[in-house]
Amino acid sequence: MTLNLFYFLAFLGILCALLVVFSKNPVHSVLYLILTFFAIAGHYVLLNAQFLAVVHVIVYAGAIMVLFLHVLMLLNLNQDAEPHKSGALKFAAAICSGALLIILIASLKGTNLITAEQTVVADLGTVKNLGKVLFTDYLLPFEITSVLLMASMIGAVMLGKPEKNQSTE
Amino acid sequence: MKTAQGIPLDYYIWLSAALFTIGVLGVLYRRNAIIIFMCIELMLNAVNLLLVAFSNYYNDAAGQVFVFFIMAVAAAEVAVGLAILIMMYRNTKTTDINILNRLKW
Repeated sequence: MTLNLFYFLAFLGILCALLVVFSKNPVHSVLYLILTFFAIAGHYVLLNAQFLAVVHVIVYAGAIMVLFLHVLMLLNLNQDAEPHKSGALKFAAAICSGALLIILIASLKGTNLITAEQTVVADLGTVKNLGKVLFTDYLLPFEITSVLLMASMIGAVMLGKPEKNQSTE
Repeated sequence: MKTAQGIPLDYYIWLSAALFTIGVLGVLYRRNAIIIFMCIELMLNAVNLLLVAFSNYYNDAAGQVFVFFIMAVAAAEVAVGLAILIMMYRNTKTTDINILNRLKW
């Protein structure tokens, strides 16, 4: 049952990821990417990381992809009139990524993982457990993340506002 | 070699490798800068999935905390990157990366 669910979610994720790359209309790409993110959230639930699954849906499908859709509509790119690479370049891209996949599989094929002691902690992904780790062992990175988010927010506002010489013209 | 739910860990490694490769393919294949951004998000998510799988395998919550930090960095990266794209679109009226290869226009 769990394995069948894994196969279904993996198939859905890979299919939608391929459709992101190959669909002509950028808006369709965004929608397929949201489906891919939902498949990955399903994998998180399968892996007993429920809180992370919820955060993933909120942050990616709720915030980041809405930002992408807004930018696409702001720039009026929702026609399929975008330039495409030449056939040779596309062929080279496919060959390069195929070679990368073969290298990844070949290098991971012969590795032996360190077998862990299987003491199953059922509530590994709960808010209580994660919060305990986050606010004791990883407190300093957590605080530095707030500085990063602040800097990126200021940067986005500064970059996004119209330039002065353009607005006066 | 199995996670707590009985799915072999290898399956997650192959799935993450496939998703990461599709992200690389998208970056090389497309010319629209926004699609390239989305494929970078796809690569980040492949790595997140593998981190969560290993965190489940070793019963260590640190992997899931790392995924939090990656999500925060991805959100910051997307906000700044899309702002840069809008600024470039205002100047060049396109998001084609073949136009964006010059530093001044």
